Amino acid sequence: MTRISVTVDGAKYSDDVEPRMLLVQYLRERLGKTGTVVGCDTSNCGACTVHLGGRSVKSCNVLAVQADGQDVTTVEGLSQNGELHPMQKAFHECHALQCGYCTPGMIMQSIDLLNDNPKPSEAEIRDGLEGNLCRCTGYHNIVRAVQTASGQESKADALEGSAS
Amino acid sequence: MTVTEDRPAALEIGNKRRRKEDQRLITGRTKWTDNIQLTGMLHIAMVRSPFAHATITHIDTAEAAAAPNVVAVLTGEDVKDEQGSLPNAWAITPDQVTPNHPSIAVDRVAFAGEVVAVVIARTAAEARDAAELVDVDYEELPAALDLRESAEDKVLAHPDLGTNKSAFWQFDSEGAGTGGNVDAAIEKARADGIVIEREYRQQRLIPAFMEPRSVVVDPTGEQLTMWSATQNPHILRFLLAAVLGMSESKIRVIAPDVGGGFGGKLQVTPEEFITFMAARRLGKPVKYTETRSESLMAAHHGRDQWQKLTLAATKEGKVTGLKVDLIADLGAYVALVGGGVPVLGAFMFNSIYKFEAYQFNCTTVLTNKTWTDAYRGAGRPEATFAIERIMDELAHELGVDPLEVRERNWIKNTEFPFTTVCGMEYDSGNYEAATERAKEIFGYDALRAEQKQRRESNDPIQLGIGVSTFTEMCGLAPSRVLGSLNYGAGGWESASVRMLPTGKVEVVTGSSAHGQGHETAWSQIIADRLGVPFEDVEVLHGDTQVAAKGMDTYGSRSLVVGGEALVRAADKVIEKAKPIAAHLLEASVDDIEFKGGRFGVKGTDQGLAMAEIALATFAAHNLPDGIEPTLDSDATYDPVAFSFPHGTHLCAMEIDTETGGLKMRKYACVDDIGNIINPLIVAGQVHGGLVQGIAQALWEEAVHDDAGTLVSASFVDYLVPTAADTISFDIDHTTSPSTTNTLGTKGVGEAGTIASTPAVVNAVVDALRPFGVNDVRMPCTPERVYKAIHAQDGAESGGGATEGAATPHFDEADTADRTDGSSL
Ligand code: FES
Ligand code: FES
Repeated sequence: MTRISVTVDGAKYSDDVEPRMLLVQYLRERLGKTGTVVGCDTSNCGACTVHLGGRSVKSCNVLAVQADGQDVTTVEGLSQNGELHPMQKAFHECHALQCGYCTPGMIMQSIDLLNDNPKPSEAEIRDGLEGNLCRCTGYHNIVRAVQTASGQESKADALEGSAS
Repeated sequence: MTVTEDRPAALEIGNKRRRKEDQRLITGRTKWTDNIQLTGMLHIAMVRSPFAHATITHIDTAEAAAAPNVVAVLTGEDVKDEQGSLPNAWAITPDQVTPNHPSIAVDRVAFAGEVVAVVIARTAAEARDAAELVDVDYEELPAALDLRESAEDKVLAHPDLGTNKSAFWQFDSEGAGTGGNVDAAIEKARADGIVIEREYRQQRLIPAFMEPRSVVVDPTGEQLTMWSATQNPHILRFLLAAVLGMSESKIRVIAPDVGGGFGGKLQVTPEEFITFMAARRLGKPVKYTETRSESLMAAHHGRDQWQKLTLAATKEGKVTGLKVDLIADLGAYVALVGGGVPVLGAFMFNSIYKFEAYQFNCTTVLTNKTWTDAYRGAGRPEATFAIERIMDELAHELGVDPLEVRERNWIKNTEFPFTTVCGMEYDSGNYEAATERAKEIFGYDALRAEQKQRRESNDPIQLGIGVSTFTEMCGLAPSRVLGSLNYGAGGWESASVRMLPTGKVEVVTGSSAHGQGHETAWSQIIADRLGVPFEDVEVLHGDTQVAAKGMDTYGSRSLVVGGEALVRAADKVIEKAKPIAAHLLEASVDDIEFKGGRFGVKGTDQGLAMAEIALATFAAHNLPDGIEPTLDSDATYDPVAFSFPHGTHLCAMEIDTETGGLKMRKYACVDDIGNIINPLIVAGQVHGGLVQGIAQALWEEAVHDDAGTLVSASFVDYLVPTAADTISFDIDHTTSPSTTNTLGTKGVGEAGTIASTPAVVNAVVDALRPFGVNDVRMPCTPERVYKAIHAQDGAESGGGATEGAATPHFDEADTADRTDGSSL
C-alpha cells in the first residue's frame, strides 16, 4: 500500500492504494466518481479520459500512485456553480451523444484539444479525437460540437433534418 | 370555469428537441450497471477456453479456491443440474438442429472464449488473480472453422450431433404464389437475356458496443434483482425464470443506462445466467463486468454469410428472376434469434424492385466460433448488400448508369401499395423523390464528369461512385407473422400513461432504450397528444417492476410499435377525461371537444385544461356516477404490418491506384422514414448507422487464426473507426408517411448501416472497373484493393509488391483469413 494525496474535482483526498491500482479504478471504486468509465483494456477507446495536471490522460493507463500530489478533473468536476462547461453545452446542443458511454471521455479530450488549438479545422478536430471511440454518433455531431464550443461555424449541418 | 389558453397542435412533433437524457450523460451522473456497489458484494471472474474445440479432461480448482478472499469456484459440473440450456427463441424449421448450450461448459468447449469455470471473490482483482490459478486440462479436437466446409460436414463442430447443418429454410415465389418459377426465368435469360452469377461474403463482425457487458444480481431481498446492460430486460426476465425454473414474479430485471447495443446486447447470455446462479447459491450480491477482450470474444458476433446469387434479366435490364443460395454461420450454438437472422433477410433480397420470380435457399451451419446473432440490421444489410452489388453488375453488363438500372426495376410511386415477389406488402414509398434529392445534394453529375476526366487522363487517383438504394422492414413485427415463421414470441409493445394530480404525466414504455432517445421522443408525442408541456412528461422504461410488460428494443421497432402503443394509451386518457370534463362543465359529452390540451364545450369559450381535470379526478369530489377516479391508461399494440423505410445513398471514393489507399470523398443520402418525431435524433442515428456500415465495407472483420482463436480480440486489432477515419455526411429526408400507424413513422435505427455498406463497396469497385475488377472482398483494405488492381497486370496475388508501385500495407488480419477463399 502506498499513501497518495490528490485533488479531484476540487476536493482533497488521501488514501492508501495498492501500487497496481489504476487511476480509473481509484476514481470509480474508491471515490465513487463513476462518471469516468472503462471501455477497453488496451488504452484504445478513450472512455476513461480525465485531466491530470490540466492535460488529458487515459486514466486506465495511469497508476493511481502517479497522480500523487496532482490535480485531477473528471467530467463530474466540469460544471462551475451549477453552470455546465461550454463543451458540455455544445455536446447537448449538437446532439453529440447517444448512449453517452464515450461522452465523458470525449468531452474531456475535446476540452484539452481546444486548450491546445482554440480554432481547430475539421481535420484537426478529427485527428485530435483519434484516441476516443464512439460507436453511436458516427462522430459527425461530435465534430460539430467541438466546432461550436470553439465559437466556429460548423459546415457540417447545412442539410440534415430539413424534412421535406 | 376558467378559460385556458389553447396550445397549438403539433407543437413538438417534428421539432429538433435537445434530448432530456443528455443532462445526466454529459455530467457523469449516469447509472451504468458497473457503477452499482452493494453491501457485501462479491465479484466474478470467468475462466475461458483458449481452444476453439476441445474436451475438458480435468479441472483443478483447489489452488484458486485457496487464494485470498475467494468465496467459491464453480465449474460446469457444479451447476450441471440447475443450469439448463441457454434459450433459443427461433427454430426456423421444426427439425432445426439446436445443440445443448450450457452456461458453463461441462465436458467439452465449442469455441474459444467459452466459460469453463467461474471464480467468485471479494474484489474483482482477487477474482481475476485466482482465475489464473484454475488449472484446466484440455484435449484439443479438430475445429470446424470455415462455413462452406462445415456445410459439407468435413469436421464436426459438435461430434455428437453428427452434422453441422442446423436447418435448411427455403422461400420460393412459385410455391408461395407470389411470383413465377425462378429456374424457368434463369433458363429463359440464358437463351435470350442476361444471367449474372456472383458470390459474396459477408464477413463476421462484432457489434462492439462501447459499454462492456455488466451484470449485478442481488438475491438478498424478497425478489432477486438483476441489473444488466441489456437491450431486453423483459425477455431476459422471462427466460431466466423459464430456464432456471423460478417464478417470474420473484425476479426483477433492471436495464439502467445502457451504453449501446446494436443487437449485441439482445442476447440472453451465459454471463447473466452464471451471475444469477452464483448470487442465488451464495445469497450475496454478485457482479460481473467483462473486459473488452472478453466482450469481443464472447458477446455474440454478426453477419458471417456466404451468398451465391443468380440474377436473370432481359436484354433491356428488366430483372426476371433472382435465386439466392446462402450459408449462414451460426457459430458454436444457436443464439436467441440467430437462426432467424437470414430469414429476416430473405424477404429483402428483392429490395425495392419488381422481380418476377425469386427463390431463397438457406442453410444455417454450426462451426467452432462464437455464436452469431442479430447485429444492426440483422439479415437486411446482408440482403441489401448482395442485391445492390449485383444490380451494379447488371448495369455494367448493360453499359448504363447504375441509377438507370434501378429505375428500370423499382416500384413506381404510383404503384403503392405493392405486394412484392416475397409477399410483403409495401404500404408507401417514393424512390423517385429520394433518388432525385440524393443526386442533387451529392452533386452526382459533376462527380461523374470528374470520374470520366480522371479515367481519361489515367490519373493515379481514380474516383468511384457508389449507388445504393434500399428498403428494410421495420416495426418488428405482427405477432401472427412471427408465429408463421416459428418465432417464439410476439411483436407487440406496451405503453402506459399516468396522469398525476399536478397535471404532470408519467409515461411507461415497454421498449427499453440504450441511447435512442426514448425519453425525448416519447415526451414529444405525449406533449402533442395530451397538450401538456414537453417538460412535464417523465418517461420510465427498462425496469420490469416499473414497466411490467414489454418486448424491448431491437429491429427499429421502438417508435413504430411502441410509439403507436403510446398514442393509443394517450387517446384512452382523453376518452376517460371527456365525461369528467362534461360533468364539471355541465355539458353533454357529445359537446366536448379536446384540442391543444383543453376540453372545451363546442361553440362556447368554456373549457378545462388537462391539468384541471387531472386534479379534479384525483380529488374525486365531484365525478359523474360510475366513473373510476383515474385517468391512467394502458395500451398494447400489435402491429398490423411492417413498415418500409427506404432511401438512396451515394458515396464517392478516391482510390490511389499506386498504393491501394482509399479515401472517402463524399457521402450523401436521403432516407424516407415516414414522418419524423425528432429530426435531430434521426440525423444522429443516420450518422452512427452510416459509420457502422462503412466500417464493414472498409475496416471491420472478426479474424480467426487456423486454430480458431480470435485474432481480433482487442481494439488494437478489431478496427472500430475513429473520428480521423471518417468524414461528415450530407443527409436529408423525403417523406412518404407509413399508412399503417397513426404517427406515420417507419423506423430509422438501422437504415444507415443497411445502405452504406453496398454504397461504399460499389464505389470502390466502380473506381476499379477500368482495371477489369468486378469485386473486392470486404473489408476492402488497401491490400485487397492493391491486389485487385495489380492482379490484372500479372502481379502475384500472393502478396509481392509490383515493381515501381509503392509498397502496399499488408495487414495480418487479411492474410490470416485465407481459409474461406477471398473473392479476389
Ligand atoms: S478504458 Fe481507457 S482507453 Fe479504453
Ligand atoms: S454515444 Fe454511444 S459510444 Fe458514443
